[in-house]
Amino acid sequence: MNTIHTRTPEGDLMNTIEFEGVTKVYDDGTVAIEDVSYSVESGTTTVLVGPSGCGKTTTMKLVNRLEDPSEGTVYYEGDDVQELDRIELRRDVGYVIQEIGLFDHMTVAENVATVPELKDWGRERINDRLNELLELMDMPPAEYRDQYPRELSGGQRQRVGIARALAGEPDVMLMDEPFGALDPITRENLQDEFLELQQQIDTTILFVTHSIDEALKMGDKIAIYDVGKVVQYDTPQEILENPTNEFVEDFVGADRGLKRLQVTQVETIMTKPAEASDTGALAADGNGNVARVLSPTDSTQVALSRMIQFDVTRLPVVDGGTVVGEVTKDTVYDIAKAGA
Amino acid sequence: MSVFIQGWQFLFTNQAEFLTLLKEHLLMVVIAEVAAIVVAIPLAILATQNDTAKSVVMSIGNVTQTIPTLAVIALVYPLLGIGFNSAVFGIWLYALLPILTNTVTGIEDVDDKTINAARGMGMTDWEVIRRIQLPLALPVIFAGIRTSSVINVGTAYLAFFIGGGGLGLWVISGIQLFDTPQMIAGAVPGALLAISADLFFASIERYLGQDPDVNTGILA
Repeated sequence: MNTIHTRTPEGDLMNTIEFEGVTKVYDDGTVAIEDVSYSVESGTTTVLVGPSGCGKTTTMKLVNRLEDPSEGTVYYEGDDVQELDRIELRRDVGYVIQEIGLFDHMTVAENVATVPELKDWGRERINDRLNELLELMDMPPAEYRDQYPRELSGGQRQRVGIARALAGEPDVMLMDEPFGALDPITRENLQDEFLELQQQIDTTILFVTHSIDEALKMGDKIAIYDVGKVVQYDTPQEILENPTNEFVEDFVGADRGLKRLQVTQVETIMTKPAEASDTGALAADGNGNVARVLSPTDSTQVALSRMIQFDVTRLPVVDGGTVVGEVTKDTVYDIAKAGA
Repeated sequence: MSVFIQGWQFLFTNQAEFLTLLKEHLLMVVIAEVAAIVVAIPLAILATQNDTAKSVVMSIGNVTQTIPTLAVIALVYPLLGIGFNSAVFGIWLYALLPILTNTVTGIEDVDDKTINAARGMGMTDWEVIRRIQLPLALPVIFAGIRTSSVINVGTAYLAFFIGGGGLGLWVISGIQLFDTPQMIAGAVPGALLAISADLFFASIERYLGQDPDVNTGILA
């Protein structure tokens, strides 16, 4: 076993979770995953994506030991999970499942407080944490604390599910199709909220989904599964640009070019103002309608749709009031074409 | 109708005896019921932990239930002799199954996803039972307690045959002596007892299973 448990100079572990040659065969002989190896960097979101029955959920369950590997090793913060106390491990790892699995006989507050109570935090600390999380989830504690799950909407239930998983201050969150049972609009909203939330919490996230769109949107890295094997483990950009095989290509879909626009930020393709060919046009556009500019973190998809909307071929990129660059229609098209 | 009036007159003139018999009857029912709850619920919890244990426990429970009530009482006699305790034992045996089956069903019916979530959050097996499965199964468990307590009121009438006392004394001697008023005076209170036990547990069940906000509304 030759594993690299790399530490940064500060002593932080770079990889929170590592799978090393992991195979899981169920008692009935079904091979769920075969020889899976990859590392999950701390503080990032890794999405496990693939068709049903491809082993993505099994992989996730190996982390909090709801399943044990038949072969290979799963490392959690450098330790073999098989050597860790199963119960302690699960209390340290946040867990959100599809259909949420809220406890219907407990109030919102009781649900969220589950892990802190198991961990025997004091009443006051639990209470503070509760209020903090419900605020974070945009569910005012005064209103929602004492409600029961059945009184909530699907989106609210899901928020409570996420708050519950975060309650024990986990370093790692496992999310198994957390937005799967929601209608498309609520799903989109929760995805956006969660992306924002993720900036604040600095937690390593393993996220399972069967939707490539969700994977491209949520993931820093994506592991694409095909019947028990990881066929590609890469950044969204790499997957769209260089799919390793036909399966990945098909899975990503024919509109790969458009998806590339979604995952590419304006700042990666903009030209610096000095290099811009027509600074006059830039200034004119820049002083016009506020919507006629882009921010560096906008996607190139936004850039393209604004160009169509305002019927222009170039747009300035503005950050904090100053023009930092320019994007032209041609460069946006190039991004889309590179993926096709 | 006059039979009932005569029955009421019989009861009234034999008030002291009636109270003794009612007390015996109630005592048998309550002791047997409490003992059945105390034994059946832990047994059922144990049974849900292991498939073999479950089939053993459930088949013992089922066999007990197929024996006619009278036969249970009759079987207890050669084993434990006559008297109040033997009667209680017979009633207890008969009260076990509804609680056993309902507790097992209630626990097993808890959604797998809920249990998966509880495990995944780091609950031990016992914590999953105590914090999740039992509370969610409570309405179903109470339905079992309700059924068995109603059965108990009926079974306790047969306690008379092995010297257990209770309202069965009046009913059975009433039949044997063709003394209808005496029989009525023994039977009607028992029927009322069964109905009130049923209503009592039904109200607890409704309270447990009901919408939580309505619930707090009543308390507040």
